[in-house]
Amino acid sequence: MATDTQAALEALLLHREIDEFFNQEAELLDARRFDDWLALLTPDIRYWMPLMRNVHSANVHDEFTNEQLDSSWMDEGLETLTQRVRQLGTGIHWAEEPVSRTTHMVSNVRLLAVRGSTSREVDTSCRFLVYRNRQQDEADIFIGKRLDTLRETEDGWKIARREIRLDQNVLLAKNLTTFF
Amino acid sequence: MEEVSEKDLQRLIDSEKGTVSREIFVDQTIFDLEMERVFARSWLFVGHEGFIPNPEDFFASRMGKDPVILTRNKQGEILVFLNSCTHRGMKLCRYDQGNARAFTCPYHGWSFSTNRDIVEEPGELVGVPHFKDGYGEHLDRKRWGLVRCPNVVVYKGTIWANWDPEAPPFLEWLGDMHHYLDVALDHRDGSPGGSEVIGGVQKWRVKTNWKIVAENFIGDMYHDISHRSVDTVGIGPGGKGRRDAQRPRLAIGFSELGHGVLGELPYTAEPDYAPTFASHPDVEAYYRKVYDDRVRNLGDRPRVTNSVGTIFPNMSFHSKQPRTILITHPISPTEVELWRLYLVDADAPQAVKDAARHYYLRYSGPGGMTEADDMENWTYAIGSSEGAIARRQDFNYQLALGKAEPVPGLQGAVQSGSYSEENQRIFYRRWAQFMSRAEWDSLMPQATPAKARSHGD
Repeated sequence: MATDTQAALEALLLHREIDEFFNQEAELLDARRFDDWLALLTPDIRYWMPLMRNVHSANVHDEFTNEQLDSSWMDEGLETLTQRVRQLGTGIHWAEEPVSRTTHMVSNVRLLAVRGSTSREVDTSCRFLVYRNRQQDEADIFIGKRLDTLRETEDGWKIARREIRLDQNVLLAKNLTTFF
Repeated sequence: MEEVSEKDLQRLIDSEKGTVSREIFVDQTIFDLEMERVFARSWLFVGHEGFIPNPEDFFASRMGKDPVILTRNKQGEILVFLNSCTHRGMKLCRYDQGNARAFTCPYHGWSFSTNRDIVEEPGELVGVPHFKDGYGEHLDRKRWGLVRCPNVVVYKGTIWANWDPEAPPFLEWLGDMHHYLDVALDHRDGSPGGSEVIGGVQKWRVKTNWKIVAENFIGDMYHDISHRSVDTVGIGPGGKGRRDAQRPRLAIGFSELGHGVLGELPYTAEPDYAPTFASHPDVEAYYRKVYDDRVRNLGDRPRVTNSVGTIFPNMSFHSKQPRTILITHPISPTEVELWRLYLVDADAPQAVKDAARHYYLRYSGPGGMTEADDMENWTYAIGSSEGAIARRQDFNYQLALGKAEPVPGLQGAVQSGSYSEENQRIFYRRWAQFMSRAEWDSLMPQATPAKARSHGD
C-alpha cells in the first residue's frame, strides 16, 4: 500500500478511536458511572471552564477569562473532580438528590495535532450538548465547544486537559453539578 | 394585591412574633413596589475599581432592575448612569466592560460624553444626527443627557451608588457594620484596603426571591446542616471540612440599619496563629507572615472577624474563607441574577492568589460544591410557596426570639447566639420600614441631614 494511503488510513482509524472514546465517556456520565469516568482522567488533568464576556468585535481576545489568573466557572484537577464524585455519592448532596437526568452529546470531533508515536498525545476540538433535566420542570441545555488533550497510556486513552467553552455569558442554570 | 398599606405590612411582617408572610417572596405587586421603595433608595453595590482602572473605562452593572453604566471619566471621576438612551430607550452599552470616549446609541446615533473638557456636566448629549435640520438646534443637550445617579462613593475599592438625592451618606448607611466589611476588603495584615478583585464576574440565574439570598448570608448558622455533603468530602484549604477550623461565631445584627453577620464580638488581641492552607506550604508561609504583620499593625486596637454578612438590601459577602462579594439582582419575584466577585490580597505572591482562587471556585458560585446545594434550597423554598394554600402559611423566624443583647463597642449592634434568626427579623423589619415609605429622618434618625452636606461624598 502506498505510504500516503497508509497514513490516511491510520489517521482515519485514530479519528474513529477518539470519536468512540468520547462516545464511551458520554455513556459513563449519563449512566452515572462517575468512578469509571474518573478513571479516564490523567493524574495531572486540568479541567477548566472559563467565563465568557460580551466584548467588542475588536477585542475578541478578551472574550474568555484568562486561564490561571481570572475567575472561571470551574478550575479543577483530579483531586477536586474526585471530591465532586464523592459528594455525589454521599446521598445528601441536595443539588443532585433526587438525581438529575443528563444526556451528553459530542459532535464535530476534529484532531488538531498528534504528538509522539508510541505514547501519543492528541489535541482535539469538538462541540458538546449537555442536557440536564431535573425534578419536574427544570431543563438546562449547555452547548459549547470543548478543547481536549488526550494521552495514550497502557490503559488506553486518558484525558489530560479539557477546556470547556460554554456559549453562555450569564449562566442560565442555577448550578453546575454535571461534568462536561 | 395592588398596593401595600401600613396595615398590610403589619400583617406581612411580624418581627415580634417572628413570622413573615410568603406573599413577600412571590407577589408581583410587592416586587414592583420593592424596586421603587427599597432599591431606588438604598445604597447598592455597583462594582469595583479594579473593573475600571483607567480613564474612560466602563463596566456594565445593574441597580435593582435598572441596567447602569459604571465609568471613570477622563478626569478620573467615578460616575454611574442609567444604561438606557434618553431618546427612545435603547440600551446604550451592551458590552460587559471596556473603554470608550463617548457612549453612542446604536439606534438613532445620539452620543453622550463624560469628559469635562467637552461637557459641563458628565453625561451630556454631544452628538445628535440632524441637530440643525431636524431639531432646529433647539434640543436641550443638558436636559436630554444621560440619567446620572446622584450619589456614588468608593469604599476600599468597592463602588456604591444611591438614586435618592436625599439619601444619607454611605458611611452612615454602613454604620459600624464597616468593621465586618473591612475584614473582606482590608489586607490580611490589617492595613486598610489592600485587597484586589480577581478578573471576571460569575453571573447566573436562580429561580428564587432576592431576599432568600440576603437572609441566607445575613447570619444563618442554622442552615449549616444543608452543607454536610461538602463537609464530609473536605474541600477546605487544610483538606478538612469546607473551611479551616473556625472559632465560634455569633449572629450579630445592626437593628437600626438592617445589616448582619455571622462573626465575633470585637476583641483587642489577635488569637494565636492557626495554620491555614496547610496543604500548600508556601501559601501557609505567606499567611504566617501576614499574621505577624497584623499583630504588629493592629496592636491592641479593637478588631472583628466574620465568615458571612449581608449589607441591606442585596450585597452579601464572605470575609475569610472564601473571600467573595455576592450581589443579588432582582429579576422578578421568583428569579434573581447572582453576581460573584472574588477578592485576594493585592500584593500577595501569585501562588497565594492561585491557591485562593482554586479554593474559592470549588466552594462558591454555581460550580461551587458548597453553593450548588444552596441553589437547590433557595429554588424550591420559593417554588413550593406560590400556591394559594402555601401563601396562607407564614415562614417561621422564631429561632432565638427575645435573646438579643447589645454588643459593647458596636453602635446599634445586637448578638443573639450562634443559632439565631434575629438578623433575619432585623432584615425584615428594615424592609418593612422602606416598604412603608418612611422618610429619611425616621429611617436614619442619626444621619446627617441631606441639606447639611454636599452629595457624592
